[in-house]
Amino acid sequence: MTTPALTVTHLSRLFNVSAPWLNRVIERKPKAYLRAVDDISFSVPSGGCLSLVGESGCGKSTVARLVTGLYAPTTGQMQFALGKNGKPLAAQMIFQDPYASLNPRWRVFDIIAEPLRELKLRASEAEITDRVGELLTIVGLAPRDGRKFPHEFSGGQRQRISIARALATEPEFLVCDEPTSALDVSVQAQILNLMRRLQDEIGLTYLFISHDMSVVRHMSDQIAVMYLGRIVEQAATEVLFASPKHPYTQLLLETIPNVTDPKRDREVQSGEVPSPMKPPSGCTFHPRCPQADARCAAERPEMQAYNDGSRVACHRVAETMAALAVPQVGERRLSA
Amino acid sequence: MTKTPMLDVRALRVEFPGRHGSVTALADISLTIQPGEILGVVGESGAGKSMTGLAVQGLLEPPGHVAGGEVWLNGRRIDQLSDREMEKVRGREIGAIFQDPLTSLNPLFSVGKQLIETIRLHLPMSRSEARIRAIELLAEVGIPGPEIRVDHFPHQFSGGMRQRVVIALALAARPKLIIADEPTTALDVSIQAQITSLLRRLCKDNGTAVMLVTHDMGVIAETADRVAVMYAGRLVEIGPVADVIDRPSHPYTRGLMGSIPTLGARVPRLQQIDGAMPRLDAIPQGCAFNPRCPQVMPRCRLERPHLQPSGAGQSACWLNQPAQESAA
Repeated sequence: MTTPALTVTHLSRLFNVSAPWLNRVIERKPKAYLRAVDDISFSVPSGGCLSLVGESGCGKSTVARLVTGLYAPTTGQMQFALGKNGKPLAAQMIFQDPYASLNPRWRVFDIIAEPLRELKLRASEAEITDRVGELLTIVGLAPRDGRKFPHEFSGGQRQRISIARALATEPEFLVCDEPTSALDVSVQAQILNLMRRLQDEIGLTYLFISHDMSVVRHMSDQIAVMYLGRIVEQAATEVLFASPKHPYTQLLLETIPNVTDPKRDREVQSGEVPSPMKPPSGCTFHPRCPQADARCAAERPEMQAYNDGSRVACHRVAETMAALAVPQVGERRLSA
Repeated sequence: MTKTPMLDVRALRVEFPGRHGSVTALADISLTIQPGEILGVVGESGAGKSMTGLAVQGLLEPPGHVAGGEVWLNGRRIDQLSDREMEKVRGREIGAIFQDPLTSLNPLFSVGKQLIETIRLHLPMSRSEARIRAIELLAEVGIPGPEIRVDHFPHQFSGGMRQRVVIALALAARPKLIIADEPTTALDVSIQAQITSLLRRLCKDNGTAVMLVTHDMGVIAETADRVAVMYAGRLVEIGPVADVIDRPSHPYTRGLMGSIPTLGARVPRLQQIDGAMPRLDAIPQGCAFNPRCPQVMPRCRLERPHLQPSGAGQSACWLNQPAQESAA
């Protein structure tokens, strides 16, 4: 295994969601904090792709913004490995909505040239023109498209432009926050193929954020599943899909609509994601978990590593694995 | 199949007049839905799938209008009804579920008030009877504690619960047809599964016909009985869901299926359809898909194919129609 490109340890981010000062004083309300990201640790392998998956409000986009420095962490560290030039890896970000992330009043040429000009990466205007043309070609557009405005492009082409802009500074690390969820499936396939090709050709490392399990499976080497600000399970892609351990991961995999193998008459689990303002005690998944007991409500499970390389935060999994390690034939209960 | 279909759309055509002549948004749409059947309508953005649902309900934004074809609901023609008559059909006979559950509810009224208003508009009931009915409806769509929840406001419900309220509203007058436009798109996957199985259950229990409009093939595969695939305002393929997914006969459907990342085997590269769907004012001559089609033939650039039986369903492609009926 290569050295990780990014190591994140015990990262947390709180947001102050208190009422205004005067209201707090008059109504005697305490300060309120939202724990968007709660003590998470992970590392992204160099040249690989780690995906963060989870439902809305689980904190995955907050992690993306923490990693790119758009938010400062409340506690915890992030450490980028040293890149080719001896400095820490440069990170860039691709945003979800290609309609909102490009300035509608700028020509595409200027959008892509801005980082080059701002960071003085090219000395002359002629070199900038060459580089922008090269970037547009890399993402499958023509250099002459630089003269157009963003509104002249379709959603997929706009996302190509924002990839070109992200690549302008020659980053070695790309944070992709739901890069295809605003796109149609046939266009999504074009963008995912482009991102895979760039990874092979330029050796990019991706931190990929998505709620779509099938997209994540296609893109990533490692997957971390988040629930209410915490990582509940992290494993290699094939391990996670072959044997999901955490009950939440099992629920997620169970509920994805599957085109090739539709589950038309499944039993649907009830329950919804609780408000992150008042997360449940202990394991935050316990109110929805079919295997929860008193310990899950009281005690927060820690991440534990298992010998297939996965890390899981669940009391039940820990107990089952401990029982399996000591070969006792009597009471072996495996979750179905 | 001798039964009258609940919804029968025949050669529907929708046009939007513009400065440079009128734009054809929907052309030659023919489909039927039987009672108790879920028809999935799938396609990319701009393919005209929502427009089909709106046209059936008579909710096209002017200047858009039905320029041809017929819409029959349970043996009665409804596309020629006046606005006032159509108002009675909507809600009473056709229920609608929209994508965003927050904007389809009024934030200023409790869900009970909104339900009671809808019920009394369509059914002859007193306020107290309607309230009992509202509570029954909330229970039917799986909202726990309906007696208490009926007095809550939309913001007190989560996204999935709000969508259940919207479904309850659509069901209020026991419509024969429900048009659900992307009902699960705004929801998380674990909630999405709850809503689709609810739709299936209601459809089977009440014999309601459902038109399920979505871009998500997975939702279609798990919910619909038959599926209609749309491209650039036209139907390219329609058939039983298993056939369309496993043995798509139109090249566009094949490309669409290949471009979906699956949970099964991991492939190094997804199949992609190059290019993008044409704008409605620039639909090429012949088959609308011909510039992107990997199997394009000279005939595709000249003549427009029509839906013809192919396998268990129908598809509009010259590949599946041998030269038997050559146009003179």
